[in-house]
Amino acid sequence: MSSPLALDVADLSKKYGDRMALSHANFEVPMGSICGFVGPNGSGKTTTIRMLLGLIKPTTGGGHVLGESITEPEKYLPRVGAMIEGPAFYPALTGLQNLTVLAKLGGFDVDSIQKLLEIVGLADRGDSKYKTYSLGMKQRLGIAASLLPNPKLLVLDEPTNGLDPAGIQEIRNLLRKLADAGTTVFVSSHLLSEIEMISDHLVMLRLGKVIFSGKTSELLAKQLPVIVAKPSNKDDLDKLVKIAKDNGHDAKIVDQNVHVIGAADYSAQFNKSAFDAGIILESLTPIRPSLEDTFFEMTGD
Amino acid sequence: MWNVFRAELTKLRRPSLSLSTIAAVTFVVGLVTSLLFLLVDSPEGNGERGVRIGREVLSLPDGLSIGFSNSAGLLGIVALCIFAAQTAQEYTYGTLRNLLVRQPSRMKILIGKLVAMKLFAIAMVTLAAILSIALSYVFAGVKDVSTIAWSTSDAQTAVLRTFINVLIATIGYGIFGMILGLLFRSPISAISIGVIWNLIIEGLLSAFITNIDKYFPGQLLSIVAQGGNDRISYQYSLLTSYAFLVAAFIIVAVLFKKRDVAN
Repeated sequence: MSSPLALDVADLSKKYGDRMALSHANFEVPMGSICGFVGPNGSGKTTTIRMLLGLIKPTTGGGHVLGESITEPEKYLPRVGAMIEGPAFYPALTGLQNLTVLAKLGGFDVDSIQKLLEIVGLADRGDSKYKTYSLGMKQRLGIAASLLPNPKLLVLDEPTNGLDPAGIQEIRNLLRKLADAGTTVFVSSHLLSEIEMISDHLVMLRLGKVIFSGKTSELLAKQLPVIVAKPSNKDDLDKLVKIAKDNGHDAKIVDQNVHVIGAADYSAQFNKSAFDAGIILESLTPIRPSLEDTFFEMTGD
Repeated sequence: MWNVFRAELTKLRRPSLSLSTIAAVTFVVGLVTSLLFLLVDSPEGNGERGVRIGREVLSLPDGLSIGFSNSAGLLGIVALCIFAAQTAQEYTYGTLRNLLVRQPSRMKILIGKLVAMKLFAIAMVTLAAILSIALSYVFAGVKDVSTIAWSTSDAQTAVLRTFINVLIATIGYGIFGMILGLLFRSPISAISIGVIWNLIIEGLLSAFITNIDKYFPGQLLSIVAQGGNDRISYQYSLLTSYAFLVAAFIIVAVLFKKRDVAN
């Protein structure tokens, strides 16, 4: 039996004038997962998020959020926390007052605000005006605001923008903790290394089209590792490429190394073939392609 | 809608807005009321557009509230600026998307905001009334204007009537500001267009073209605040100005409901 879905969209499209911002998108996000939503700038990530949150209307297609149609956002938004396109608050109000405005608006418990400020590390700056906050603090306040409804689904657009490495790690841990507690996290980012570290599910967009939707592990497993071989004599680089190709593997020279596309178990045979040809290897390292490598390979960018 | 109202009040209570509103109301009422009394002997007049309001008129029961009713146009401009800024800044700060995620019903957002701003306008007009009455007593003493009739029940009725009329006018100007805020989505554009329209375009055209003011909502709201005048009745002013406002509000509300929030 398939797991229940936090999000599913079918044939979802948005057209602005002649430009398709999102074209016939189809994807699903299982409940309780951390789903990375990745793609270059202008690929349609924010447009998709806006449609899921009822801010803009789809041109065609539809979808469901927490089991409810996206045409009726009032049915699911009380259970959704969101930060879209970075934090946006009233500069003349304090962090605490800004959260109070949103808590009152959503009918949430105002007493939970202090706890949320503690969670995002802003407990001592809650009484400072928002306009005095650094970019990282603004981002943290945005995340606190998204947690106000104690959400079943958390939609975050570039949540680690402006955060220092320690802050990024804190947010990563927080998202993992929320997911462990049953919250589905749908997080968009252009930092693919970040997404790779936290997400167990992925939706990849390029030029308004979904190019992958599924488990992160499945995507990465499909990618053959690269064997990086460094000969002690750089004159042997071409010979190494020929050996790999003669054995049916794609190979190329990259920065005084030979990159051979192939399964890790080819390493031993490649080493032996090089040795038999009188080539001494200084190093031989199988490398699993990162999400970033995979993304670029899939998109051809 | 109640949640939107409560949230909006939190924003309206911020010290920077409250203090600047108190300062603006004090300045407007102080200026209009003091000039009304201090220029009582001036041949150039002491009322709007050079109208002379003599001691004998100021000594009547209605005299206590003339300064207050004459302040209505400028109080309306203050309300227009506040309503326009409070509405349009949701776009410029990008906070509208937060509001709509927390309250997807756009009509509830609009009505809740309007009700909260009306409450703010009531506080503003109450402050203006108190200031104007206090200053009237002070300046009446300075300029030898009799205040005997100001203690009568007729005077109290006149003050109450003027308060209601000024409030209706001020809220009308505020709604006009909110309409401009929704339309232009920028506080600076909404306020400048609102002020230019009311003070310059309507004012100048009304000064040079006879009876054109009966088609201008801003001019009609001023007449509502004065309880009507010898050319245009109170009922006509009230119904026509609010008919303009209601029609325009419905149009921008439909736009607000339909428009994508893409910033």
